[in-house]
Amino acid sequence: MSTMATIVFFIFAIIAVASAWGVVTSRNIVHSALFLALSFTGVAVLYILLNADYLAAVQLLVYTGAVSIMVVFAVMLTLRGDVCDSSPNIKKWVSGALVGALVFILLTLVILTNNDWRIFAMPALEVGTTAEVSKLLLQWYMIPFEAAAILLTVALIGAVILAKGGKESK
Amino acid sequence: MNLSVNLASYLLVGAMLFSIGLYGVFVKRNIIAILMSIELMLNAVNINFIAFSRFTPWVNPGENPLIGQVAAIFVIVVAAAEIAVGLALVISIYRNRRSTNVDDFNWLKW
Repeated sequence: MSTMATIVFFIFAIIAVASAWGVVTSRNIVHSALFLALSFTGVAVLYILLNADYLAAVQLLVYTGAVSIMVVFAVMLTLRGDVCDSSPNIKKWVSGALVGALVFILLTLVILTNNDWRIFAMPALEVGTTAEVSKLLLQWYMIPFEAAAILLTVALIGAVILAKGGKESK
Repeated sequence: MNLSVNLASYLLVGAMLFSIGLYGVFVKRNIIAILMSIELMLNAVNINFIAFSRFTPWVNPGENPLIGQVAAIFVIVVAAAEIAVGLALVISIYRNRRSTNVDDFNWLKW
């Protein structure tokens, strides 16, 4: 991997992690949603570095485009009172910090002590990975692909019914 | 010293994002912020899937490492369905209880 790619990796990894930290520490939930979009964009750049062009495009469309906007709309529909204090932390944050730090330390120990994972990338496919992924998705994984389509349809109908509200909830 | 990016670097970024998301699930009180933290954790898992898929050698044609990318696509599909239904539930609860604070959601406790 060239020096340029290393620099890009560190810049966007720091952007992704720092804006994720902004999501969980910001007391204004609109700021949290904007930090979330920035974090998703940083992760999309990491996907490009990992040679996953299609996944990077899907990440930008689905996460940065759809999920962030949906979160902002949900915030808009449910906001009461002052926006500056709309997403406070609980008083007893120490237990959460302890669990998060413990999980991070454990994962880091596993990653850094496993010598099988200190490897560098194989030479990339010259044609990109999108065509190969489409072959896998539409030939070997066709049934899960159709099941995912049904799942999305059911989720769409369910979301509309839940958000619209039945007769008894009026 | 070799400063190149290896597999462990990507896995560390994934571990950081996952831990931050876990911390957010524990400490946030607004339920929409908790859903955002869950999305961060799902993103961390996707980074791991794609990093392993990129760094695994092509040993033979039957074991295609791009299966990792297919798994990441399914994770994205399920995450999109989850956030849609989750936000619809939040709006539905808000309509009945006028609150998005998880401390107020205690009516199943006795």
